[in-house]
Amino acid sequence: MIDTLRLSAEEATRLIREREVTGAELFAAYRQAIDERNPELHAYLHVCDDPGGEGVPIAIKDVIGTRGIPTTAGSRILEGYVPVYDATVIERCKAQGLKILGKTNTDEFAMGSSTENSAYGPTRNPWDPERVPGGSGGGSAAAVAAGLAPWALGSDTGGSIKQPAALCGNVGLRPTYGTVSRYGAIAFASSLDQIGPVARNVRDCALLYSIIAGRDPHDSTTVELPAPVVLPEGDDLKGLRVGVPRELNEHEAIEPGVRDAVQRAIELCRTLGAEVGECSLPHSVEYGMPCYYLIAPAEASSNLARYDGVRFGYRSGGGGDRLAMYERTRDEGFGDEPKRRIMVGTYALSAGYYDAFYGQAQKVRTLLAREHAEVFERFDVLVSPTSPTVAFKLGSRTENPLAMYACDLMTIPSCLAGLPGLNVPCGLSEGLPVGLQLIGPQFSENALFRAGRALELALGFDPVPTRLAG
Amino acid sequence: MANISREQLLHVARLARLELRDDEVDRLGAQLNDILAAVGKVAELDLTGVPPTSHPLDVVNVWGADEPQPCLPVDEALANAPEREGDYFKVPPGGSS
Repeated sequence: MIDTLRLSAEEATRLIREREVTGAELFAAYRQAIDERNPELHAYLHVCDDPGGEGVPIAIKDVIGTRGIPTTAGSRILEGYVPVYDATVIERCKAQGLKILGKTNTDEFAMGSSTENSAYGPTRNPWDPERVPGGSGGGSAAAVAAGLAPWALGSDTGGSIKQPAALCGNVGLRPTYGTVSRYGAIAFASSLDQIGPVARNVRDCALLYSIIAGRDPHDSTTVELPAPVVLPEGDDLKGLRVGVPRELNEHEAIEPGVRDAVQRAIELCRTLGAEVGECSLPHSVEYGMPCYYLIAPAEASSNLARYDGVRFGYRSGGGGDRLAMYERTRDEGFGDEPKRRIMVGTYALSAGYYDAFYGQAQKVRTLLAREHAEVFERFDVLVSPTSPTVAFKLGSRTENPLAMYACDLMTIPSCLAGLPGLNVPCGLSEGLPVGLQLIGPQFSENALFRAGRALELALGFDPVPTRLAG
Repeated sequence: MANISREQLLHVARLARLELRDDEVDRLGAQLNDILAAVGKVAELDLTGVPPTSHPLDVVNVWGADEPQPCLPVDEALANAPEREGDYFKVPPGGSS
């Protein structure tokens, strides 16, 4: 009997290699879990049949193109779209024998923090189905938390891997910009988008990162990793300098239960031998959000120009000339959040407003990168809550776009600076997971894995949702 | 930050090739004003002399050899087309922009 709620991907790999289970048995076990729990959770938009072969299954966020498997980005405008090629990350997963279980739900075009912006309906949090799983990668996070996949790929622009991982109690890495190919992924904001792993523990997360990372000739923004990925053993944190940025740890939006759990994790860093000290990122929280919500929409307004009803996806019927077809197709095909961002982005890039909005935001971005670089002269890793709150109730933020944008206060600054970030679950508040965010300098993934693994072992967090533990 | 007028909103929608319905103009218009007021906060900072960041890494242009590579067959390239005629994507006639 395969217990998909507890089986790690590393252990699954061993079971397959030593022929203790077959690839078919393993795939069937996850399919059975999906049949049982996906109707309630709606983590998957599309479930695949066993492609055969002796490999470990994986779930893929539906913004990543998969040859022959529908890929919608959670949008009506891509309903029925079936890619004719695989994204590079998919090719790399397949080269390692990984088998695609299905495509996971996402806020439309990865725009959102709750997965409620999906045109196909929300995903529910496995810890409490009345609550959101976070977003935009709520489908991947919920699938991993509920044992519907051993691990998954997500994508992160301003927090879409880390924040759902925090709300669902799993480990998620937003890699250093440029370490993972974006070829074949559906673009949202190209200077920020990164694909990354979602897993149930830090070693699985590091293993999946090692499979997908590295330079890709199809994506000229990618680079070679400066050092191979090291699977962390996580004995202690001796010699590690841990910085606690005041602005990210004392913000008024942070719930008391979240603050307490993060404080305990910071104390644990000391116990494990780290040198812990306070520091400051004076502009990051206050100006990160406004900066991000100019740059990301500006890039999105350009990237989403391709959805015009000509080459793929939805086209409005109803006659009229070509211009009318474009405008109606986009009005009918996009939901509210992409429309808001296209409008904000178009406005911010238009003549007369460019310097005041987009140009100024790009300068703020420089300021935030410098601010982080300065702090990393004294520290190896920065810690904070990943999300100011635990998972919130469905519908509680959908009427107010700015309340939804505030979910990403802690994750946005390092994304703008191009830095890697790891979410590690660090406890429960109100019976719901709290996530600890670890931020490092560019290409410091191995240090994040090491720190994350040591903390994970010392914390002993059980990633199985209480109501499913049985 | 001055409020964005209905006229400006429709102008931006036209630039973005979005035909907004009347109810959307009212709803999105109010939300856009809130969002622009919030993001307009970046104007508070004096960033004279700070260079803009358009890309997080110091990468330089990557040159590729000019060699023929395999590409998608025409039928696959057209496989997702809403409408096709022969080896072409088919669209309605023109329209002024």
